[in-house]
Amino acid sequence: MRRDVFQAIADPTRRAILGLLVMGAMTPNAVAEHFDSTRQTISKHMQILTECEVLIQKKTGREIYYHFNPQKMKEIDIWLERFRKMWENRFNELDNILNDL
Amino acid sequence: MTNNFVFEADLDAKTIHMIREFNAPIEKLWKAWTEPALVEKWIAPKPWRVETKVADLRVGGVWLYLMVGTEGEKHWVYDVYTAVEKEKLIASTGMFCDDEGNPKSDGPKTFVTTKFSAIDGNRSQVDTTIIFDDEATIKWFVEGGFKEGTAATHAQLDELLASE
Repeated sequence: MRRDVFQAIADPTRRAILGLLVMGAMTPNAVAEHFDSTRQTISKHMQILTECEVLIQKKTGREIYYHFNPQKMKEIDIWLERFRKMWENRFNELDNILNDL
Repeated sequence: MTNNFVFEADLDAKTIHMIREFNAPIEKLWKAWTEPALVEKWIAPKPWRVETKVADLRVGGVWLYLMVGTEGEKHWVYDVYTAVEKEKLIASTGMFCDDEGNPKSDGPKTFVTTKFSAIDGNRSQVDTTIIFDDEATIKWFVEGGFKEGTAATHAQLDELLASE
């Protein structure tokens, strides 16, 4: 299954994880401490976020840190902008039709 | 004349909200919004064209149309009306289709509610709320056939990307 940025934000826990990591890179254990869920659950969410490329893993010493990838989140803006543009074009066409009615 | 276009997205709520004013009385707006021959003229992004297959504007009725691209690409759109009040409101549920235009009722759905109102100066307004039950749906909307878009769209996207 292909992961995309929309799947990343589809889940409230994943949004909360992203909210944390926007503030700075963290290890999975440090992230898990902020949640009541099991480490395994948080780890699974972080895996999905990584597959969505919203998080990037970087090894520092013996620890793996997860970094937020803002460029990937930008994709959502792009899709929304296309959607907005599509409707704007439709409405402009509709103006023309209404003029001729 | 300004058309006061509003476009708001709330991704947490999976909702897009739009408002747009038109320089025409509500009777005309309703006509252009509901008569297939007129809708076909504005709903497809050029150079795509629309072929209406079913247009049954009543609660439980179906609106099924096909968008056809210049290379013969096909993109089905299937909506079931859940509320219809003349010159006031249309609500519908959109579903994905297979290649033959049959809806996939177990797939992701899109809930659209459009309110129509008369405003001062013999003008009218639409207020549309689109709720996606799957965030990927919005991507499908813009990707399915529309990805070529217009040069203007791409220029804007480039700008958006460059600004990052």
